[in-house]
Amino acid sequence: MLCKRVIVCLDVRAGLVTKGVRFQGNVDLGDPVEFAARYDAQGADELVFYDITASAEKRTLFLDVVRRVAERIFIPFAVGGGIRDLETMRAVLLAGAEKVSINSPAVRDPELITRGARAFGSQCIVLGMDVRRCSPSRDIPSGYEVVIDGGRTPTGRDAVAWAKEAVARGAGEICLNAIDTDGVRQGYELRVTRLIADAVAVPVIASGGGGEPAHCVAAVTEGGADAALVASMVHYGHYTVGDIKLAMRAAGVPVRPLFAAAATPPAACQQAPDSS
Amino acid sequence: MSARVTIVDYGLGNLHSVIKAFRYLGANVEIATDAQGLLAAPRLVVPGVGAFADGMQGLRARGQDAALRRRAAEGCPILGICLGAQLLLAAGEEFGRHEGLGLIAGTVRRIPDQGVKVPHVGWNRLWPPADDAERWRGSLLAATAPGTWAYFIHSYHAVPEDPAAVLAIARHGPHVITAAVRQQRIVGCQFHPEKSGPAGLAMLQAFLAEPA
Repeated sequence: MLCKRVIVCLDVRAGLVTKGVRFQGNVDLGDPVEFAARYDAQGADELVFYDITASAEKRTLFLDVVRRVAERIFIPFAVGGGIRDLETMRAVLLAGAEKVSINSPAVRDPELITRGARAFGSQCIVLGMDVRRCSPSRDIPSGYEVVIDGGRTPTGRDAVAWAKEAVARGAGEICLNAIDTDGVRQGYELRVTRLIADAVAVPVIASGGGGEPAHCVAAVTEGGADAALVASMVHYGHYTVGDIKLAMRAAGVPVRPLFAAAATPPAACQQAPDSS
Repeated sequence: MSARVTIVDYGLGNLHSVIKAFRYLGANVEIATDAQGLLAAPRLVVPGVGAFADGMQGLRARGQDAALRRRAAEGCPILGICLGAQLLLAAGEEFGRHEGLGLIAGTVRRIPDQGVKVPHVGWNRLWPPADDAERWRGSLLAATAPGTWAYFIHSYHAVPEDPAAVLAIARHGPHVITAAVRQQRIVGCQFHPEKSGPAGLAMLQAFLAEPA
């Protein structure tokens, strides 16, 4: 059985891990490779690196971070921030990332999803989407609007409709970030998480608002997410990834343990591979 | 002397994770961008992320398909990873039906999506196939405990004609997914050993220990 994942998000600015609150005011925290190694040791299932400078001159520095991480860390990681074309996708995949996450550029040019999925496979393409609560309307029936440029630009698009279109175009995963709850550590926006998770057939990562292990449990149970993305709650040493997994396991959520033990195969394994 | 391994570069991305993992293990890693580089290689790895047809086209354009078949016939150990594992089969059904390398009889099919999410992304456990729990004893997985966690990221999986070619399985909801296939010295891992932590690195180490 596929387990629920704990994904640690590292915002990288000028080669250093940083953490902002509601996209304003950033604090630099340290070397991305050191952070990555620490979270790998804690049992993180995956890592995400966002290049939050995303300027051409800093791109080289960021690619170097990706390369250095890939030399030391043998768990999967995704890369996002400023990816607007296939060449940049290819560059980060060649540097050792498994997946690329595209957000605002995909809204402006939805064909980018299609082209990326064709070139590298759907499993490589993560749609990052930022959403903000609003009053439900004819154009935005879900009451959640897609916003871009780090929350600065409203798009007038409904979050559920955009998620469905992106998946139809080949997005293999959705990382759903709720602007209203991001960085304030009061819990994920469970309602929109559930709406999106129920609307699409690909895995959904809940992002924005994780402040304690119970929030992560709620994201994958009530929210129906496949993974919880965490940042500040682990960066500042309040909790470890292990704490989160223990809370998940205690709530009956299947997680990959730190030290996987052997067990008796479940009865459902007693079949031939599906060929349908 | 460090073990030699040759990675087949056929133009698709994500070679580097595999290269870095083998280098981390101390291997002498060579990268073959043409057919020639495959002919004298003691061990071959076919990595890959991407679509089946693009993968075959990449191999064919470089004459590496014929070279791989020849090395397979000569008994060279070959390890396919993810798309590289799928290409070992006779045919694939991603974006239409396409001919594969044909080193293992069978077809690469889409994972059934009734009741589960596809792509199958994340950590899942490796189990021996139901009909023969001992099959993986003599393979790369010999030191791998049943139930070990591995990282998967795919929408298609291999369905070999001969069930005896299934080396390991994983469960995805009600479905059984082929996690690894084997035919003599040819092994294909649907999961990514290079991204599966220490357990995955141990499998790559076992591949390096295969007599050339």
